[in-house]
Amino acid sequence: MIAELGHYALVLALALALVQSVVPLVGTRTRDPVLMQVASPTALVQFVFVALSFAALTACYVTSDFSILNVAENSHSQQPLIFKLTSVWGNHEGSMLLWVLILAFFGALVAAFGNNIPAALKASVLAVQSWIAVTFYLFILLTSNPFARLPNPPFEGRDLNPILQDLGLAIHPPLLYLGYVGFSISFSFAVAALIEGRIDAAWARWVRPWTLAAWMFLTLGIAMGSYWAYYELGWGGWWFWDPVENASLMPWLAGTALLHSALVMEKREALKVWTILLAILAFSLSLIGTFLVRSGVLTSVHTFATDPTRGVFILAILIAFIGGSLAIFAWRASSLKQGGLFAPVSREGALVLNNLLLTTACATVFVGTLYPLALEALTGAKISVGAPFFNMTFGPLFLPILLAMPFGPMLAWKRGDLLGVAQRLVWAYAAGAVVAAAVYAYTWGGPVIAPFAIGLSAYVIVGALVDIAERIGLMRLPLAVVARRAAGLPRASWGTAIAHLGVGLTMLGVVCEMNWGAERIGMVKPGAVLSLRGYDLTFDGTSMREGPNYRELIGHFTVRRDGNVITVMEPTKRNFAAREMGTTEAALYSRGASQLYVSLGDPSPDGAIAVRIYHKPLVLLIWIGALVMTFGGGLSLSDRRLRVGAPKPAKAKSKTALQPAE
Amino acid sequence: MRILRSLVIALALAGAHPALAVQPDEVLPDQALETRARDLSRELRCMVCQNQSIDDSDAPLARDLRLLVRERLKAGDTNPQVVDYLVERYGEFVLLKPRFEWHTLILWLAGPAVLIAGGIALVMTARRRKDTPATDPAVATPKLTAEQEAQLARIVKGEG
Repeated sequence: MIAELGHYALVLALALALVQSVVPLVGTRTRDPVLMQVASPTALVQFVFVALSFAALTACYVTSDFSILNVAENSHSQQPLIFKLTSVWGNHEGSMLLWVLILAFFGALVAAFGNNIPAALKASVLAVQSWIAVTFYLFILLTSNPFARLPNPPFEGRDLNPILQDLGLAIHPPLLYLGYVGFSISFSFAVAALIEGRIDAAWARWVRPWTLAAWMFLTLGIAMGSYWAYYELGWGGWWFWDPVENASLMPWLAGTALLHSALVMEKREALKVWTILLAILAFSLSLIGTFLVRSGVLTSVHTFATDPTRGVFILAILIAFIGGSLAIFAWRASSLKQGGLFAPVSREGALVLNNLLLTTACATVFVGTLYPLALEALTGAKISVGAPFFNMTFGPLFLPILLAMPFGPMLAWKRGDLLGVAQRLVWAYAAGAVVAAAVYAYTWGGPVIAPFAIGLSAYVIVGALVDIAERIGLMRLPLAVVARRAAGLPRASWGTAIAHLGVGLTMLGVVCEMNWGAERIGMVKPGAVLSLRGYDLTFDGTSMREGPNYRELIGHFTVRRDGNVITVMEPTKRNFAAREMGTTEAALYSRGASQLYVSLGDPSPDGAIAVRIYHKPLVLLIWIGALVMTFGGGLSLSDRRLRVGAPKPAKAKSKTALQPAE
Repeated sequence: MRILRSLVIALALAGAHPALAVQPDEVLPDQALETRARDLSRELRCMVCQNQSIDDSDAPLARDLRLLVRERLKAGDTNPQVVDYLVERYGEFVLLKPRFEWHTLILWLAGPAVLIAGGIALVMTARRRKDTPATDPAVATPKLTAEQEAQLARIVKGEG
């Protein structure tokens, strides 16, 4: 009964979305305020119905109602409650329901808190938002119904894929979807602006907080997924250039570019057309990401061809939205007036350079991900594009990005003084050079590129600090004045510097992990000692433990350094009976930002067990950097300037309303 | 690889399976040769997996390939010879970094093309806009009216 209610609620949401996608637009054409105002209540009630539908599915999972096909295939009565809950989106149908839930949630936020948006623009935005919603409701109802019943319910469910039974991966999809779907708001604003044929700095001020919020969620989501892969997959890799990963990286790159170009538009009314295009691209890439992951096209072009219902449906959505929005863009973009002028050497110029490089990086990932699929579909030739390709093509693009990064925020708007900034950054070069030289001397005879990359990271980090020091007059002014200026410095400036510092930290972690990681592989019997980088790991044997829905084999290791016991590490291998699948749970020991990583392999008949030990210097900085970037984004989001200047204080409320989702 | 397929369908990011790739018994005693073997392994694809190198994969085929690579190295092959040998047997699919050939032209050149085209577009836009400001009313700075000039003078005087 609950399932049927959930199903029906979704149908009602579709009906409301249909109304919302047409009526407000008619209102804007006929200048009828009543019709325009239809958008807000429908958006709110639509959210209520989707939430009901999602709650119904959740209830089916919590009560382990195996008469629902989806529950029977992806859940188990013995699962801990938390994993029963996360099973809801650990499968295709449920995750699509989560997708529309978040879409409706964002729509409702605009409806509830967007009081300061001009009525016509708001009506158009919500209508466009609803076009997306309609297609995805139809997709779920026609091809991926999560509420389908089984005629002969099984006694026990088939369990969630064991790899997904992990807290890190449980919160990863919602974060990622908040990012993906968050870009739908920027997209709706862009299309609405094109329909209206009017766009100004105020538009950028409305769009930027949404973009920033979406970008923060996406950053967190990607970092979370990467850390999960690192500790769960058992060989210590944190990024694989897998198409599924690339699918999330592309919107992130486009979104990062959008953040920066929206800044130019807000401050200087320039780059209008480009910003609109980026807003369209960022969401289009999110849709492509959804398509890549959901359609099965990645596994094989042939599976896609043999069972094409879902894939073709999503492909149709893709063509309709990307093609449609680009067509409107081509038709209307020329009517948008160009804004402020600027010299090539200026803050705007630096942001344009940032956009050029990030867009190129995004295009590289895009082609690298889709080219093999296209080639196979067209000619049948199979090629692989993996990490070595991306390291070679994507990596070098970050050299100019990182070199230019400290310059950007320090250049003046309109016309900058390159030489002056170069002089003020002298501490940053000094730090970079000293660090690079020190690392080079310390690793004498090793690769030359690595110390250079470390120096580059140091330059970026110190460059971000110099930016702040310059702004608050550190070393130049009395301390009291410095403190006052620091307190008065806009949070957006702090946010910029901190986010850039985060990039430097991530880069530092990446370079260290890639170049100076150490690895030890061995078969060990109880009592054996493995040594790596001054750590001596004694294998004390194994034991078995019963989990709620799995059995696990635990390896016990005592870690010593200079003869003193510093910790005990217990990597495990879990076996989930329902699916006859296993997972490895690596044991991690952190010392500063570096980690010791132990993962178990298969036992051999003679009582020995295979073990992999890694020492990963500064590896945690990869994810700490991402957190710092997100924090910088949050600071910028909380800047008063994003709220004042708008006629009503409603923007402030929308920030607080966003918080529960975090 | 049913496991893998279900994972790809279930995941939103990061598709791979728990693995313990290089087994202790595979490691070559010769350190230099082993390093070369590992470097080569990272460039070669485990063909039954989803985008994994044979260095990362625990599939039996990946193990066979790793052993094969080490065998060839021990036989005295150079790195390119080993790669050629594998490509001949398994096709180009085995390379994680495709060779630069006609059918991969777009793949290799797309990134640089975007960069160069973008750069040219930027330069041209900048040139065009440098020529137009005087004629384009939207961009040109409007002249102050006499009244505004007077107001400005008053403000300057008052402040100064």
